[in-house]
Amino acid sequence: MKIVVIVKEVPDTYGERRLDLETGLADRAASEAVLDEIGERALEVALAYADSHDDAEIVVMSMAAESAAATIRKGLAMGAASAVHITDPGLAAADLGLTARTLAAAIRRTGFDLVIAGNLSTDGSGGVVPAMLAELLDVPNATALSSVEIAAGSVSGTRNIDGATVRVKAELPAVISITEALPDARLPNFKGIMAAKKKPFETLSAADLGIEPEDLSVAMSIMTAIAEKPPRAAGVKIIDAGDGGTRIAEFLIENRLA
Amino acid sequence: MTDHPADAILVVLETTPNGELATSAAGLLGAASRIGTPVALAVVAPGQAPALAEQAAALGAATVLVVETTSTHAELTVPQVDALAAAAAVVAPHAVLISNSIDGRDVAGRFAARSGAAIAVDAIGVSRDDEGIVAHHSVYGGAYNVDSAATFGPLVVTVRQGAVDARAEARPVAIESLDVSPSGAASAAIESVEAVTETSSRPELRGATRVVAGGRGLGSTEKFALVEDLADALGAAIGASRAAVDAGYIPANHQVGQTGVSVSPQLYIALGISGAIQHRTGMQTAKNIVAVNKDPDAPIFEVADFGVVGDVFTVVPQLISALAERKR
Ligand SMILES: Cc1cc2nc3c(=O)[nH]c(=O)nc-3n(C[C@H](O)[C@H](O)[C@H](O)COP(=O)(O)OP(=O)(O)OC[C@H]3O[C@@H](n4cnc5c(N)ncnc54)[C@H](O)[C@@H]3O)c2cc1C
Repeated sequence: MKIVVIVKEVPDTYGERRLDLETGLADRAASEAVLDEIGERALEVALAYADSHDDAEIVVMSMAAESAAATIRKGLAMGAASAVHITDPGLAAADLGLTARTLAAAIRRTGFDLVIAGNLSTDGSGGVVPAMLAELLDVPNATALSSVEIAAGSVSGTRNIDGATVRVKAELPAVISITEALPDARLPNFKGIMAAKKKPFETLSAADLGIEPEDLSVAMSIMTAIAEKPPRAAGVKIIDAGDGGTRIAEFLIENRLA
Repeated sequence: MTDHPADAILVVLETTPNGELATSAAGLLGAASRIGTPVALAVVAPGQAPALAEQAAALGAATVLVVETTSTHAELTVPQVDALAAAAAVVAPHAVLISNSIDGRDVAGRFAARSGAAIAVDAIGVSRDDEGIVAHHSVYGGAYNVDSAATFGPLVVTVRQGAVDARAEARPVAIESLDVSPSGAASAAIESVEAVTETSSRPELRGATRVVAGGRGLGSTEKFALVEDLADALGAAIGASRAAVDAGYIPANHQVGQTGVSVSPQLYIALGISGAIQHRTGMQTAKNIVAVNKDPDAPIFEVADFGVVGDVFTVVPQLISALAERKR
């Protein structure tokens, strides 16, 4: 069973996240980069399966800036067997379509029984890449799973959509995405960190995958405008002196909110 | 086959598990009406098309393309994508608007990948300029406004639920049935669907004008009832922090924030919520923010219009009785 886990490097959400107003891209210098938490949880799903199945081979894959290599390596330290890092200056401003085509090409090249991704990334928050990958790879999609059971030839799980809980099952190969209802990832230990140094780490360019980022015959989504909104200013803060509730009621009534 | 308007905007209607038109339809058709002529697509169980088409027309659909099939009960995503591909071929729309729900994103993603169309996700609105359709996004918790457009061809847009206030005028019902040849693309099987009936009469979180949210500071499921009491006093929807959801005080669909729901209500009251950046991301565009927290340094006060440093268990009951007092 070959499991490809898609991870992403994102600006740490605990810091301030900024967009570069010139390029519209995430300002990487403004905040520390980390492995997206949801990607770590996706990796944990694969690792938990591998804990009890010796035939499982886990590949972490990411399309990211060159500087993301160290972040991707954390996936190896956590227990993945190998890593594929797709990096190319031509992909820096990739839209969702180009991202999906590039990842699909890399997944095809690596080979897979199961692809696991997070349901939403914490930066772009797209949430459509897993379904796009499924279409491009011509396999089923089972997204937003809050529980996952991997079997020899299939994957099943539960998805909580608006108004219903749905049980789904896909024959492998398949693409799934998982939600943050699934467990937090294990921490890499010292042994894992040492072992990671010897694990295969493949770096691929767009050309290696037969992808032409500047192909103008393909429709793309482009950013046409960007503006920063002024930050919100704090208002009144009072210490409750026994009348805090009444004061809130007055505030609400004054502002016609109650 | 009827001719479709040159400025057609294809709107994918969503249905609830029991076959009714989902609430997202009004905003999608409203948004579509501002940039062209809304043509709706309904993929429904046999027999449901007339009722659904009537509702869609009342919300502004000029034409409702219907596909009656049971395959959507058995297969995930692919039957809707096949129907959408057929509809797009007939209509040649300038844009395809789809709800940014879990199912909507899957349909949008697979359709865009299949048709090679540009895709814009989580838009809070759409407009049209000289060069075509523009999607408007609010990113990083409302800190930036970003516009996006397709280099050419139709733009597939997923629209944030509850974000569009525009409503279209009702139109006469025009139904057109659509032939779909299945693509045969592999799909996941739907094994069971269990409707989750929200028995509450409270407003839905998305699109609510008032939200009362509780965090870990409430301490237990029993004590979380305080949040519900205040919400009911104000006719507000209930929100929560991820910590409150993780602790099991309230189901995950009430989570506000980066990985939960984004809300922009008139009033947001945060009780026992520290105001971590991932929570603020989902609520800091509220018009008025009130916070109660016993820690004077809690970051929630940085965005609060009115903050009370105090214990929720004394402040909130007093607030509830003050509100009740006023009603009398
Ligand atoms: C990738 C990622 C995504 C995330 N997404 C989200 C998200 O979508 N939404 C979200 O909310 N969080 C999210 N988080 C989690 C977030 O970082 C915080 O952990 C979470 O918001 C904290 O919830 P809280 O404020 O309820 O709890 P805490 O931070 O523990 O705060 C509890 C507060 O209650 C106060 N308090 C305690 N008792 C009382 C009392 N009696 N009266 C008054 N005040 C009291 C305390 O002073 C404290 O400030 C995410 C985190 C990550 C890493």
